[in-house]
Amino acid sequence: MLIIQLAINGIAVGCIYALVALGLVLIYKATEAVNFAQGDLMMLGAFFALTFISFGGLPFWVGLALAIIGMAAVGMIMERLVLRPILGQPQFAVIMVTIGVGFILRSGATMIPGWGTSSQALPTPFSNQTLDVAGLVMAQEHLAIIGATVILCALLYGFFRHTRFGIAMQAASQNQLAAAYMGIPIKRVSAATWAIAAAVAALGGVLLAPIALVEANMGFVVLKAFPAAVLGGFASLPGAVIGGVVIGLIEVFSGRYISDTARNLAPFVVLLAVLVIRPEGLFAEPKKRRA
Amino acid sequence: MALLEIRNIETYYGPVAAIRGVSLDVEEGKIVTLLGGNGAGKTTLLRTISGIVDPQKGTVAFAGAMIQGADPDAIVLKGIAHVPEGREVFPFLSVRDNLRMGAYTRRDPDGVAKDLELVFGYFPILRERAELAASQLSGGQQQMLAIGRAVMARPKLMLLDEPSLGLSPLLVKQIFGIVQRINREQGVSVLLVEQNARMALQVADFGYVLELGRIVMENTAAKLMESEDVSEAYLGNKQQGVRGERRWRRKKQWR
Ligand SMILES: Nc1ncnc2c1ncn2[C@@H]1O[C@H](COP(=O)(O)OP(=O)(O)O)[C@@H](O)[C@H]1O
Ligand SMILES: [Mg+2]
Repeated sequence: MLIIQLAINGIAVGCIYALVALGLVLIYKATEAVNFAQGDLMMLGAFFALTFISFGGLPFWVGLALAIIGMAAVGMIMERLVLRPILGQPQFAVIMVTIGVGFILRSGATMIPGWGTSSQALPTPFSNQTLDVAGLVMAQEHLAIIGATVILCALLYGFFRHTRFGIAMQAASQNQLAAAYMGIPIKRVSAATWAIAAAVAALGGVLLAPIALVEANMGFVVLKAFPAAVLGGFASLPGAVIGGVVIGLIEVFSGRYISDTARNLAPFVVLLAVLVIRPEGLFAEPKKRRA
Repeated sequence: MALLEIRNIETYYGPVAAIRGVSLDVEEGKIVTLLGGNGAGKTTLLRTISGIVDPQKGTVAFAGAMIQGADPDAIVLKGIAHVPEGREVFPFLSVRDNLRMGAYTRRDPDGVAKDLELVFGYFPILRERAELAASQLSGGQQQMLAIGRAVMARPKLMLLDEPSLGLSPLLVKQIFGIVQRINREQGVSVLLVEQNARMALQVADFGYVLELGRIVMENTAAKLMESEDVSEAYLGNKQQGVRGERRWRRKKQWR
């Protein structure tokens, strides 16, 4: 029983990492650079939701939807203002820009009245409620996190596999020049990529809120998403999700059976082990081949 | 009026001129070949036509409309499909999805489905491997995929950039044969860029020779095939001694 409860707990925590890792991988596939602002986009999404729900008095689901839409817009604006101008520059330029954007978002959030420097709770329909099934006591917020992640993954899968624009986004990430030759609108694809990454971050932020708190530094959860993404090969969306869940499970179990220090250490030990033994990650796609 | 009329195009990479005043016509329904050695500017000229790079000067008229400097998607929509050098397939998409991407700008699903069958008819191996990732195809099959992908755009003009690169003579012959069929049966005009002059001149109606960004010769394919200069420079009929010296001088005059 305890094992199952720990597992659910671990999967839920892992889903949060998975959501951040998904955003990282989406951007990495499109730009071949790491988006260091991904965690801060998550923080901003959580503050959006807090504003709509706690301050604006909107129902939770409406607030969540608005936060996701709002963050998609933020992602597009970010792409247009700071990323498109450096298109074609070396990857480190993109990385520096995202680090800068992260700093601006973090300090910007502390300057906004009402957001401030303190931690705040985001009330959700599942906060502090449990579900008892056959002697198992499960936190509803954990189940909500898992459910929402599963739904999001299904949506993303359908979008990337079966819609014309989704396939075009894959095509552009695999060979941008060829995509341009086909008449695929590269700029729209790039804007859409950032919009999706930011929207996924918003969902992650809102889901994280009940188990953490909303505050300017909540984006540092991205440090746990890096091992998740690397574990998944950094270029695979399913890999990111599985990597996130694996990291979550490792964390929870090592915290319970070894020590609290081990809880924070274990994911990185596993990460190093993977990098040494299988540097392409557990779920890497074959090496990019320019045929 | 020709389908494609290029006039005095100049294209630069930074300060470096890659195309220095090229004029060229592709008549409707014809196969025109553009010959030239490595670095002559062939790929750059095709990229200029496709809108991947913009010319500094000059005009590109296609079916009567000026298209120089337009975006690539607008140019695909107008009816120009590009088969890039080195195939450039989407490695992790299935063969079928690669072909679908060729039809990205089209809004007629029924026509696209029909053309998918058409492409499978020309290249039956692509139907057999439709669900495989493109990276799993051989070089020749990837070239077929790249050509099929262009056909999916239902173009009026197809730009082919060195389709023979790295393929066996037998395979090249087969692929050129299908290009010829597509040209005749679908009425697609073709601008064929090649270093393999002999093969290209066998299927082409007309040819141009490009050197250092300038057209140095143009004639019917039959005439070019007979021409001493082309013969020596591109058909491998090199001759020794005095003739070699003469060729060098002649080549110098081209520049
Ligand atoms: N992306 C680029 N940046 C700078 N110079 C380029 C680029 N692509 C090609 N060139 C230069 O332009 C000239 C023509 O190249 P290209 O059009 O590729 O020739 P070809 O296709 O005939 O081999 C060459 O001198 C080449 O070095
Ligand atoms: Mg070339």
